[in-house]
Amino acid sequence: MTFGTELREGFKLSLSALTANKGRAVLTMLGIIIGIISVTLMGAAIEGLTREFNKSFAFMGADVLYVDKWQWGFTGGEWWKYRNRKPLKADYADRIRREATLAAAVAPEVDRSGKVRFGNKVANNVDIDGTTADYAFVTRMDFDAGRFFTDEESRGGRPIAVIGKDVANLLFLNRDPIGEQIKINGLPFRVIGVRSTQGSVLGLFSLDNVVYIPLGQFERIYGTRFSATIGVRAVPGSDLDNAKEELRGVMRKIRGLLPSQEDDFSINQQTAFTNAFDQMIFYVGAIGLFVTALSLFVGGIGIMNIMFVSVTERTREIGIRKALGARRQAIMVQFLIEAVLICLGGGLLGLFLSYPLSMLLDNFLPTAMPVSIAMLGIAISLFVGVVSGIVPALRASKLDPVEALRYE
Amino acid sequence: MGGQKVIELVKVNKVYDMGAEVQVNALKDISLSIDSGEYVAIMGPSGSGKTTLMNILGCLDTPTSGLYLFDSVNVSDMDDNELARIRNQGIGFVFQTFNLIPRSDALHNVELPLIYSGVPVSERKERARKTLEMVGLGDRVHHKPNELSGGQRQRVAIARALINDPSIILADEPTGNLDSKTGDEIMLFFEDLYARGNTIILVTHEEYIAEHAKRIIRIRDGMIESDLPIERNGKVKAHHDTEKVTVGTGGQG
Ligand SMILES: Nc1ncnc2c1ncn2[C@@H]1O[C@H](COP(=O)(O)OP(=O)(O)O)[C@@H](O)[C@H]1O
Ligand SMILES: [Mg+2]
Repeated sequence: MTFGTELREGFKLSLSALTANKGRAVLTMLGIIIGIISVTLMGAAIEGLTREFNKSFAFMGADVLYVDKWQWGFTGGEWWKYRNRKPLKADYADRIRREATLAAAVAPEVDRSGKVRFGNKVANNVDIDGTTADYAFVTRMDFDAGRFFTDEESRGGRPIAVIGKDVANLLFLNRDPIGEQIKINGLPFRVIGVRSTQGSVLGLFSLDNVVYIPLGQFERIYGTRFSATIGVRAVPGSDLDNAKEELRGVMRKIRGLLPSQEDDFSINQQTAFTNAFDQMIFYVGAIGLFVTALSLFVGGIGIMNIMFVSVTERTREIGIRKALGARRQAIMVQFLIEAVLICLGGGLLGLFLSYPLSMLLDNFLPTAMPVSIAMLGIAISLFVGVVSGIVPALRASKLDPVEALRYE
Repeated sequence: MGGQKVIELVKVNKVYDMGAEVQVNALKDISLSIDSGEYVAIMGPSGSGKTTLMNILGCLDTPTSGLYLFDSVNVSDMDDNELARIRNQGIGFVFQTFNLIPRSDALHNVELPLIYSGVPVSERKERARKTLEMVGLGDRVHHKPNELSGGQRQRVAIARALINDPSIILADEPTGNLDSKTGDEIMLFFEDLYARGNTIILVTHEEYIAEHAKRIIRIRDGMIESDLPIERNGKVKAHHDTEKVTVGTGGQG
């Protein structure tokens, strides 16, 4: 009960002390304000990037391996090595399907940029994908209308197409595209399906500006010289690393590599991007933490300093309170609360300011400001308040009443 | 009167260490006892050890050696927090410089001892208001110290000293910062408190102030020089016989 009364008295005192010195309090808060702004902005950027990333790269599937001439993600200065590899042939897919026991679905994919036309409307730079029926299984494809092509249809090389949402919107507006005839690089195709919206990669490249056609049709337009990517979905429940190792063995056999030769293909998976992404997050976090730590440190020192001043200014008052029976903890609580209130004030101001700033940042980076970041900001300011207030508060609480009463 | 002992000092010494092997013996083997209901003045020239003695009696400081029993409890070796409790419950201080908290109004200043003994708000305010009325400041409860005269400030301080119904009231030169007329008023207050059975210990270097008490302890060079009851007939009257007219500075540090 005594402690409750002491706490309430401490609050009242701190508030009146702070309002008596508003300018000083705000100046002292500056470091905390900057610290909280940087921690919230960092948090918002990381949160936003992560959300965007998860949305963006989900299309690749966590259990899918992609055999490709190129190594995905950030690969440094090895561009020439990948560039000089022999192209991957689309029909590797058949051998993989036969020999890899851990492959549930296998589909080759070759793509080029092309022009798609319907009536007098034209879609430029569309990603024209030549693939097989299994591609729908590998990628777990969903449809807004119609379906993907069947095995027979793709083997037969019929002129049919499945279009992405962007293409559908651009060419057909409110019309139903199913059964309509489009022209890809001048050749006619009949639309049999519309794939559901997939979104974009980090808000930059749309995944919906795409048309899928049977591999045979693709080769009729573009020839066979382009390197394919072969998507392999692992058998459910199997270990992806085992599937990858098996796939690697099959590929080495297909490519006729000697044991001494290194792989002339790459097996990619979502983690290629996850790793690159983690690295990026690491840098964002490191910079943010550095700025945060620095400004909180400077802010904390400033608050400690102002608290020492405050203790000195009120030495006599402390003496009076002690003479009247204030215990050490009562004096300590009083000054600790004052320090915490300064920090909390700075923290709240910082949060208040970081909201519009995060809007600004949103122009360059995807951001999101969940409640947890605000809570973190508040917790940090509480922490800094306690840490920077504890030494001055302890000093105040240990003042000798006789000395303190004599202080002029 | 002649109640039980409220204060007992046995061979109390206070030594201040000045460093470099220099020591000041501020109190030397002081032994004395004060009964409940007494009105005692402690007198002596400047530097004789009055304030040091006062600080020990008020549990603001502890003796270097010797025994101090307060209300029959040994307080010589108590720690900070235990001493704080004794000060809070058992002792009412009245200082020369009033020692009110400048930012707080009269009511809050008087409340302070109750805050530190954990009395709930409503009861606290009620008691503080009553006590302020008792010292004639019922219409000044929300005035800050700088809005009050010197005499009024000292009355706030007296109300604060009384609020926890302490065993002793310790007054260190309570009229030192007041003009003589106001000082006399304050002394009448103490007279009244004494008549109601309070124990009062008054520290002063002025003879006419000390004469308000019923017993005078004179100290010199840290030792008791004499300890005598005052023979007196008739009522206390105001003494203006000394030439000294202390002008109230109104300041409070
Ligand atoms: N904190 C202290 N440190 C060192 N010496 C002190 C201290 N307080 C008092 N003294 C010394 O103790 C003696 C008694 O002082 P004090 O009790 O203040 O006397 P009075 O109140 O009678 O003037 C003096 O010699 C003084 O210098
Ligand atoms: Mg003195």
